[in-house]
Amino acid sequence: MSNIKSIVDIPTVNKIARLARLQIPEKNKQNLTNDLNNILEFVAQLNEVDTSNVEPLASVTGHKLPLRNDEVTDGNIEQLVLKNAPESSSGFFVVPKVIE
Amino acid sequence: MNDTLNLKPGQVKGDTGIWEMVIGLEIHAQISSKSKLFSGASASFGSDANSSVSLVDAAMPGMLPVINKFCVEQAVKTGLALNAQINNTSVFDRKNYFYADLPQGYQISQFTKPIVGEGEIVIDLDDGNQTTIGIERLHLEQDAGKSLHDQHPTKSFIDLNRTGVALMEIVSKPDIRSPQEAGAYVKKIRSILRYIGACDGNMEEGSLRADCNVSVRKQGDAFGTRCEIKNLNSIRFIIQAIQSEAERQVDIIEAGGKIKQETRLFDTSTGETRSMRSKEDAHDYRYFPDPDLLPLEFSDSWVKEIKGTLPELPDTLKKRLVNDYGITDYDASILVEEKDFVDFYLEAANGVDGKLTANWMITELFGALKKENIMFLNSPVTPQKLGELIALISKGVISGKIAKDVFSDMMVTKKSPSEIVKEKGLEQVSDDKAIMKLIDKVISENQDKVKDYLGGKDKLLGFFVGQVMKLSQGKANPGLVNKLLKESLK
Repeated sequence: MSNIKSIVDIPTVNKIARLARLQIPEKNKQNLTNDLNNILEFVAQLNEVDTSNVEPLASVTGHKLPLRNDEVTDGNIEQLVLKNAPESSSGFFVVPKVIE
Repeated sequence: MNDTLNLKPGQVKGDTGIWEMVIGLEIHAQISSKSKLFSGASASFGSDANSSVSLVDAAMPGMLPVINKFCVEQAVKTGLALNAQINNTSVFDRKNYFYADLPQGYQISQFTKPIVGEGEIVIDLDDGNQTTIGIERLHLEQDAGKSLHDQHPTKSFIDLNRTGVALMEIVSKPDIRSPQEAGAYVKKIRSILRYIGACDGNMEEGSLRADCNVSVRKQGDAFGTRCEIKNLNSIRFIIQAIQSEAERQVDIIEAGGKIKQETRLFDTSTGETRSMRSKEDAHDYRYFPDPDLLPLEFSDSWVKEIKGTLPELPDTLKKRLVNDYGITDYDASILVEEKDFVDFYLEAANGVDGKLTANWMITELFGALKKENIMFLNSPVTPQKLGELIALISKGVISGKIAKDVFSDMMVTKKSPSEIVKEKGLEQVSDDKAIMKLIDKVISENQDKVKDYLGGKDKLLGFFVGQVMKLSQGKANPGLVNKLLKESLK
């Protein structure tokens, strides 16, 4: 608990940035590292509470997930869907080649 | 060579002895819903690119997913059919990764709390034995879009029609021990899904596909490191891929190497697997509960209601066919493989000889459909007409041999067998006088053979029967011909 500060280092920031496809300038990395450690330290206060008998909470509202009937009520809006695409052709999104 | 021949399915012979395969399967089954899991766009195949896409599927800002009740129902139904634990509360998580055909940047799936927990199914093996395979879990998730890589030299084309279509991922326990068992497992799951109508099971169209986790070990050892072969869309490929992957692993281990846990692809042209993902963090999905979706909850009474809609499943049906219709285990397992087969059979066999119906359906009907390349559902011979033909045979109106001609006619003209028999005058002749007439003719024309027969050449009886049958154009009742001939030749 007291060692939270040392959890995130620059390689961790690099990894998270890569996973999130974010480009982080070199000069900002130390600040981000500090920020992330501060956040974790803040959240780590929860460790002071015994939660061993508490179910993890996925929602605080107490509402149930509403279910909808299986009906086709949407679609046929290709133009709208493709409107913001940088490139499209005959109804397809066109992107740089993504194949290994 | 002899050693290889003595290997049981699932065994690999290496330099250091015999290795055993350990296999677990993840089956992705597309739910047969009209609309998608979280949006009202159509889930059907074959529409124009991006025409079955809503703003939810395209992941436009501010759009919220709303779950499809039918899809939840199908997952529960499938869970019940797999004798599995139904979880009245389950949670949707985001599985984060980047790919061009996943506009959200995450797939909505279920990670720690799936809708269905542990279960088990019994599979039928080719040698007639059965074995039980454990089910680890079943969860609901979204399908991704489709990328076309062959339209342009430097670009990929993306169609999001499939994005958000509901899938069930059914995960087995690592209980499978041979490629053949894996094939039988997929067959059984597919059959169950079709019976309950949760998925059409069409592997060519991709409605059902499997990822296979394969490792090898010496019998009794702990599990080895596994590799996952992705996206196999036929039972034949599943069997080939597992076999070749297990052999590859044995070669590596025996050469002193180590298996690297990785995702592999099966190359259908070479029959071998190859490494697919190189990045070590490709599996870092950072799952977390989707804040757009509340936990999915439903009551026991709803589960009970769904249970009431379950049809008779292949295992119980098979027992019923064997016990009530007197057909063999083998024939029964062929008939229950597809719900359409068994529905056809039950209608055809209604009120007639069940065993004869099964024989005719499996040998003649399946054979003719295959030869003519006709889909089962488009069979020109209907269940009622097959049943009618069986009745004609059982009652002795036509012989089995004539019945085959009538059947061929039915395949072409779609006429009823009675109509064909009447039109062509094919009724079996069971009239003593008429048959005696034919016998007299045959005897008078074959005096020399009659002499031989009376002289002790008993085998010639067959010749006389053949001649009489030929003369009657196959219509004489063979039993009666036999009896009358013996009497005439005393």
